[in-house]
Amino acid sequence: MSDSNKGPTRRQAHERKLKRRSMILAAISTSVVVAALVILIPLTPGWERVKQSFFNWDIVVRTFPKLLNAFLLDVAIFAWSVPLIAALGLAIALARDVRDPVFYPLRLFGILYTDIFRGVPVVLVVYLIGFGIPGLGLQRPFNSPYLWGTVALVLTYAAYVAEIFRSGIESIHASQRNAALSLGMSPSDTMRFVILPQAIRRVVPAQMNILIALQKDVALLSFIGPVEIFRQAGVFKSLLASFTPYVVAAAIFLVVTIPATRLADHMLAKQNRARS
Amino acid sequence: MTSPLKLMALAAALSVSASTALAAGPCATGKTLHDGTLTIATGNPAYFPWVIDDAPESGKGFEAAVAYAVAGKMGFDADHVSWVRASFDESIQPGAKNFDVNMQQFSITADRDKVVDFSAPYYTSAMAVLTTKQIVEGGAKPTLDSLRKLKWGAQASTTAVPMLVGLVNPDSDPMLYNDNADVSAALQAGQIDAALFDLPTALFLAAVTVNDGVVLGQFPAERSTNPDQFGMLMEEGNPLKFCIDEAINALKQDGTLAKLEATWLAESTGVPVIK
Repeated sequence: MSDSNKGPTRRQAHERKLKRRSMILAAISTSVVVAALVILIPLTPGWERVKQSFFNWDIVVRTFPKLLNAFLLDVAIFAWSVPLIAALGLAIALARDVRDPVFYPLRLFGILYTDIFRGVPVVLVVYLIGFGIPGLGLQRPFNSPYLWGTVALVLTYAAYVAEIFRSGIESIHASQRNAALSLGMSPSDTMRFVILPQAIRRVVPAQMNILIALQKDVALLSFIGPVEIFRQAGVFKSLLASFTPYVVAAAIFLVVTIPATRLADHMLAKQNRARS
Repeated sequence: MTSPLKLMALAAALSVSASTALAAGPCATGKTLHDGTLTIATGNPAYFPWVIDDAPESGKGFEAAVAYAVAGKMGFDADHVSWVRASFDESIQPGAKNFDVNMQQFSITADRDKVVDFSAPYYTSAMAVLTTKQIVEGGAKPTLDSLRKLKWGAQASTTAVPMLVGLVNPDSDPMLYNDNADVSAALQAGQIDAALFDLPTALFLAAVTVNDGVVLGQFPAERSTNPDQFGMLMEEGNPLKFCIDEAINALKQDGTLAKLEATWLAESTGVPVIK
């Protein structure tokens, strides 16, 4: 009794010592690796050329404002795509969950949909829809690459999002559904008030990962015309014969995606703690 | 009578053999990637009319023909020219290259010249406006005022992009695409009204690729402050540059380049000049 009032127990002291020791080791090994990289890479024979081509400060200064401006288009496409993806993804997930045999075609559609759009590379979907559908002879503004590029992104990402929602829905124990039904709730009310609120909350961290992936894939719309950051960087690359604009674009992406990734990790860790 | 003739014939034969003996002549010796062979890169695919049927080995098409003419002047016969495919990106990336020169309508610009070497120009191109019959019927005219109102497209990796801003300065932001095929697709789908290309490419796309394609007008080469001149691209500091420049200048002087232009590049006098 008196021991615990005096301060840490011997066990705690020992653990603290271990922790300090491992932190010192981690700091030493990290600085050795960083120092080796910083010293060794510039010693390679091609470093001057690589530096000139990829890390040219003059070009960074010249291209940054326009690249940042082009990035706003990425953000805009992202912003209007997300609600559409969430809505369509949820609808597909629900279609795959219908249990009435009469509605089996709906279920079949859901299965085919997720199979096809998860199986085809995004860039191909962007190409086929972005050039193919306007080619049917639609008039402006209904042939806009922004419109059909967004459709392509939404169709593809909704397939992933639907699968994640479905996993969330299936993770809710069947007893909850049965309990709700036995209380006299209709199947749709059961889904709406009992299953979905739990299911959606459970899959939020996984959906965050999809959002991060989407944030990067927005750049694929550049294939069908819009001049967003990736395309703008490509133009600079070609005019200045330097890859530095790509590095600048990558840095701009990271400024957005790293906080988002950290947030997703944090949410996932919180959820895991809550579960255990 | 016979002996002088014989002598002359002998001398001629000797001089021929002497010039072939100097093949891969003193200038280029030891400077190429593979000894005795000139390795030339082109696009994948290589486009008409620069290379016909994507087969540069045939020597057909303007750039293929110029390549063999330059190689010939440098002392490489047709058997000692080998072709590879390389993108623009591969040409500007640091490190070893798989070609001696890369030839695919690369425009010479000061910024690019800091990173790679260009040969003397082998062609000076006018820029031209590619559009469709529907747009022309809709009232588009070869005047700057009319062009400014169109929705523009261009291939992203070309100097057409800054030229578009410099020459036309369109009201709405241009759309940019990966290659000619994509620009044509967008034009066909009505997503853009017009696209800026070098004149030979525009004439080809209008005639073959784009349905109802029309070349509305051209900006003559002299008009742009920075004329679009095509040069062969080499790695920065490539010692071959001197030999290649010499060969190109010789071809220019003896009229070969002009002859090849007349053979392979379509007649462009019918295209109205933009006012």
